Amino acid sequence: MNPVAISAYTVSSALGLGLDATLAALRETRSGLAPVKFLDLPLPTWVGEVPGVDATALPPALADFDCRNNRLAWLGLQQDGFLEAVAAARARWGADRVGVFLGTSTSGLLQTELAYRRREPDGALPSDFLYGPTQNTYSVASFAVQALDLHGPSWVVSTACSSSAKVFGTAARLMQLGLIDAAVVGGVDSLCLTTLYGFNSLELLSDEICRPWDGGRKGLSIGEAAAFALLERETAQPQGWLLGVGESNDGYHMSTPHPEGAGAIAAMRGALSSAGLQPADIDYINLHGTATPSNDAAEDNAVRQVFGTAVPASSTKGATGHTLGAAGGVEAAISLLALQHGLMPAGLNVKDRDPALQLDYLRSNREAPLQRVLSNSFGFGGSNASLVFGRAA
Amino acid sequence: MSQGMQVWVQGVGLLGPGLPTWASSQAVLRGEQAHASVPTVLPPPARLPAAERRRAGSAVKLAMAVADEAVAAGQVDPSTLATVFTSSSGECANCHALCEALAMPEPVVSPTRFTNSVHNASSGAWHIAVSSRASSTSVCAFNGSFGAGLIEAAASVCLEGQPVLLVASDSPYPEPLHGARPLPDHFGAALLLSPVRTAQSIASLTVHLAAGEPPAGAMADGSLDALRRVIPAAAALPLLVAMARGRPQHGLVLDYLPGNSLRLDIEPVKAS
Repeated sequence: MNPVAISAYTVSSALGLGLDATLAALRETRSGLAPVKFLDLPLPTWVGEVPGVDATALPPALADFDCRNNRLAWLGLQQDGFLEAVAAARARWGADRVGVFLGTSTSGLLQTELAYRRREPDGALPSDFLYGPTQNTYSVASFAVQALDLHGPSWVVSTACSSSAKVFGTAARLMQLGLIDAAVVGGVDSLCLTTLYGFNSLELLSDEICRPWDGGRKGLSIGEAAAFALLERETAQPQGWLLGVGESNDGYHMSTPHPEGAGAIAAMRGALSSAGLQPADIDYINLHGTATPSNDAAEDNAVRQVFGTAVPASSTKGATGHTLGAAGGVEAAISLLALQHGLMPAGLNVKDRDPALQLDYLRSNREAPLQRVLSNSFGFGGSNASLVFGRAA
Repeated sequence: MSQGMQVWVQGVGLLGPGLPTWASSQAVLRGEQAHASVPTVLPPPARLPAAERRRAGSAVKLAMAVADEAVAAGQVDPSTLATVFTSSSGECANCHALCEALAMPEPVVSPTRFTNSVHNASSGAWHIAVSSRASSTSVCAFNGSFGAGLIEAAASVCLEGQPVLLVASDSPYPEPLHGARPLPDHFGAALLLSPVRTAQSIASLTVHLAAGEPPAGAMADGSLDALRRVIPAAAALPLLVAMARGRPQHGLVLDYLPGNSLRLDIEPVKAS
């Protein structure tokens, strides 16, 4: 594929709001995870909650969209001059030439979960519950379209934890075909009961802070995040480049990765091929690295088969938590920060490295000029996506 | 966008009220027989092993039924086939069951229901069933979900030069969500799209994005039009009617997003 310019990007996660807060936390190897306080849930787990979501108010004209997920989206859109960058792209290309493609797994589902707790005596949902603008999977993209006043094609990709990596591919394809000139991509996923209790039921939640690549790792810490990037046909000051996209499926199991990482290998090789690069061209790999024993083992195996063990790699989920449908977008932003600042962030919380895992897993920050970074995102249903980003010249 | 994306339809699957398959719905779609709204019957997903077949919810059964019909008609090996799944609603019964369990004072959630509640459950089940590692995406654009899926699928066919199976499906929610989002019945449509004409090709489609155009007009059969208006996946019906009738049609408008339609040029391979 032709490289696609990234003219602006932003991320808000448990590490803080915006790029400066995120970079500072990464530099200080600080985690945003803490024992769960969200809704006073009695679950023995750690989560990555974004500060200030509940206090965020949507613009009055968009009040129908009010739910935790869209509040998080709105909070995220207001960081790092992103609204202004989108306004400039809209003015330059025209509102109907700018697409909006966002990834999410649960969208505003929390709104429905809470509405079920307020059912009327006859069983009906309360009359203030609005399905379309809140629960529906598309809600967050619909909200963004209206908040940003864009009229190009839009949809949500919902492929579990690969969702907001795959939207980069969608936007690149539509730009290459000439359907659009620019796109807002990224992902938003917020804490909700379904994911916390659901992963708990699968015994995939850790009762301590998540520890990717640790020999005693016990599973996930769930996080929430909003991450956005603005892709444009051309731009005066690119913040980075999308160089390649690889997408695949495991075709193996709904919730367990292929043990040899066959689908993951296909996604990584696809990303290299679409970028026209060799494995040796990648300087750092931001792993999917969820900290479940089977996921990390399968990914270690898969990365080793494509890259060997020499490329420095780490998972940032010990800092942000696994932000599910937003994870690909969060890790895209961290990859771009890594490229801009020559910072390979440490994988946090490792006490005793799993000796069976063989990658050059970074346990402390490493600084070096980086040219190209690969970011992996793998999800339920066997959906895999790998992205290659390049440094702005 | 001026030229549009040209693709060939190599196989079709259909399942909805009074529309049991693409093959058996031809008389209704051609207007030779009035549409009668008989509740949709979902066949058991024959491709799944017995244990998975029992677990499969209605969304998976519906998607697999139309995907299977399109693949059989198109005579392709699904094990290498890329797919685009689009749905407004996903697996509604699982969503309801989870919300109900989570409203209890001490929630106990079924791991199977949780695993199969993801929007891409149908895609995952299909790729497992046919052993395909090809790329797949699952999209949603609320009432514009069919349009979103058609753009994504046609774009992939044109760029990658490989066939793509598009599966659009919607299943109703149980109460109380049904009251907030009333989808009256199951409806699914699948299109096997190919970059080149094959022996199985039914028609060529050229897909244009049409910003600012008026919404799609009413269909001649009022009963089909009622489906089109209330089930997002049934936005495909005007296209299915045009292909069944086998006459060239230029400028057919399909609803996508408010103020943002799709305009299709359809050239049948064999005029009937």
